[in-house]
Amino acid sequence: MASLDRVKVLVLGDSGVGKSSLVHLLCQNQVLGNPSWTVGCSVDVRVHDYKEGTPEEKTYYIELWDVGGSVGSASSVKSTRTVFYNSVNGIILVHDLTNKKSSQNLYRWSLEVLNRDSMPTGVLVMNGDYDQEKFADNQIPLLVIGTKLDQIHETKRHEVLTRTAFLAEDFNAEEINLDCTNPRYLAAGSSNAVKLSRFFDKIPGFPDRKRLLGGTFKNLHYD
Amino acid sequence: MSFLIDSSIMITSQICFFGFGWLFFMRQLFKDYEVRQYVVQVIFSVTFAFSCTMFELIIFEILGVLNSSSRYFHWKMNLCVILLILVFMIPFYIGYFFVSNIRLLHKQRLPFSCLLWLTFMYFFWKLGDPFPILSPKHGILSIEQLISRVGVIGVTLMALLSGFGAVNCPYTYMSYFLRNVTDTDILALERRLLQTMDMIISKKKRMAMARRTMFQKGEVHNKPSGFWGMIKSVTASAPGSEMPDLTLIQQEVDALEELSRQLFLETVDLYATKERIEYSKTFKGKYFNFLGYFFSIYCVWKIFMATINIVFDRVGKTDPVTRGIEITVNYLGIQFDVKFWSQHISFILVGIIIVTSIRGLLITLTKFFYAISSSKSSNVIVLLLAQIMGMYFVSSVLLIRMSMPLEYRTIITEVLGELQFNFYHRWFDVIFLVSALSSILFLYLAHKQAPEKHVAP
Repeated sequence: MASLDRVKVLVLGDSGVGKSSLVHLLCQNQVLGNPSWTVGCSVDVRVHDYKEGTPEEKTYYIELWDVGGSVGSASSVKSTRTVFYNSVNGIILVHDLTNKKSSQNLYRWSLEVLNRDSMPTGVLVMNGDYDQEKFADNQIPLLVIGTKLDQIHETKRHEVLTRTAFLAEDFNAEEINLDCTNPRYLAAGSSNAVKLSRFFDKIPGFPDRKRLLGGTFKNLHYD
Repeated sequence: MSFLIDSSIMITSQICFFGFGWLFFMRQLFKDYEVRQYVVQVIFSVTFAFSCTMFELIIFEILGVLNSSSRYFHWKMNLCVILLILVFMIPFYIGYFFVSNIRLLHKQRLPFSCLLWLTFMYFFWKLGDPFPILSPKHGILSIEQLISRVGVIGVTLMALLSGFGAVNCPYTYMSYFLRNVTDTDILALERRLLQTMDMIISKKKRMAMARRTMFQKGEVHNKPSGFWGMIKSVTASAPGSEMPDLTLIQQEVDALEELSRQLFLETVDLYATKERIEYSKTFKGKYFNFLGYFFSIYCVWKIFMATINIVFDRVGKTDPVTRGIEITVNYLGIQFDVKFWSQHISFILVGIIIVTSIRGLLITLTKFFYAISSSKSSNVIVLLLAQIMGMYFVSSVLLIRMSMPLEYRTIITEVLGELQFNFYHRWFDVIFLVSALSSILFLYLAHKQAPEKHVAP
């Protein structure tokens, strides 16, 4: 029936932007009733139909790894977080539309993941402006999601959405703006749902993934 | 005329302090957050400004700057404003922001925050009863009543922080206490963490697939309603036997998630220890290690002195400056102009005490804030910190009186009224002792527990 394989997507963003609510909404199609602070990493699984509606449709599990914390964490926390960044197939960057700093911190988040190999001690050297070259040769597909759309007043909406459009362009990624407490934003057939499917389909190598028999879960991603 | 000049000097310095507090707030505390409510920032900066002004007035007292009557006036005014902020404004705003966070009570924020404030005032008043802090001839809303209670809370805080700091400082500095952590320990723990995550994932995959097949077969999660619904749920219960499995798996997942959190925190701890070990091998690290030995001796001496003070019911009558001068004059035979030197030395000593306590407090507050705040609670926590800071500084003024020679103590005694200062010193000693001893116990237990984690393979 399904070619069950390991697809790992990281969900990154500042503390309090709504990553846990988002992941819950994506995986269980329900609103998270009591969001609490994520310690470490929480994982959830979404069943995704690759190339939905076409003859090559296949079902895959997508693991969404919701990594908690902030960019300003202690270096020991950052070193521990790098353990979760192995073999990543896709990255979802989450920011809070009502909080500009969370959008700016997305650059630092993405650099933290993309530079994990060149920073063995986990200490990241920050230098203000981000470097577009680093994103140019990046193979991992990115998606930018803005949350708490309902808390933006109508009059400010245009200004906020223009800003986020620039942000998504910098990352060379699509963007979705929604409210995690309202499932209708991701209702089947809506443009957001289409963008989401497209993002997951972009994850490379789906048709090539072989079926792994038996010991799938004994394989560790740890090198 | 001179009063105007003095006032303008005071106001300029207050504006400078206000600016500094504002910058500190923006650059350090609220680095990662967005300031939505400017009230919070203003309150914090104002509290900081008025607290620093009090210290400034002490320094002016010692140096003899400004007119004596204008100094007195500014003392009184400063004190009134600070008490107003600490007792009325900040608690009210804390209640207000706390209530705003709770979604249910959003509509009736104002009445609920007033209610919270009244509760606070009640407990605040009750606080004064068990303590013999002042003679009963003062009215209800006088400065002495308010200051005495603020003083008790502030002195308790100071003593707690000092006690813990005195013990924690040598513990952190000295590398003797560092546990030995190797890379293999860290690797093993990381492997366990990833294994746990994999187990969680496999269970969640089963649940996701089960939910999807049920959904495709037309079974809905929410309870079917009505008569036909009940019939339907009875007949459909056969394939629904997957449901109890789901709850069982969910429980296993919850337990595994708790385990993964524990492992994550342990790994963070190990990385932190490893960094400390590396740091201790550097030059700076060795210097701090050396300092640590001095601080441990100082800490033991302080605990000893506190015990002596309590046991022998002794309160120091003279301040260290005069005592030092007496010793040098009487025993070492060095003659010098006592008045001149005592003024300068007490200025330096008091200045050092003030600067280190402000700096220490700000650093501690920042660390504390980073550790516990989130975007929802940041406003409440900053206001709590402003409250603590205000109370801390007010009680520092109370206690600093002890370190100053007699002729400079008069202004504080005049302004603060007839407080039983001796009581505060005794109270400080008691709480310091309790805090230091319990910190020793706590650190001992924490230290003992840690190495056993690495025994299991």
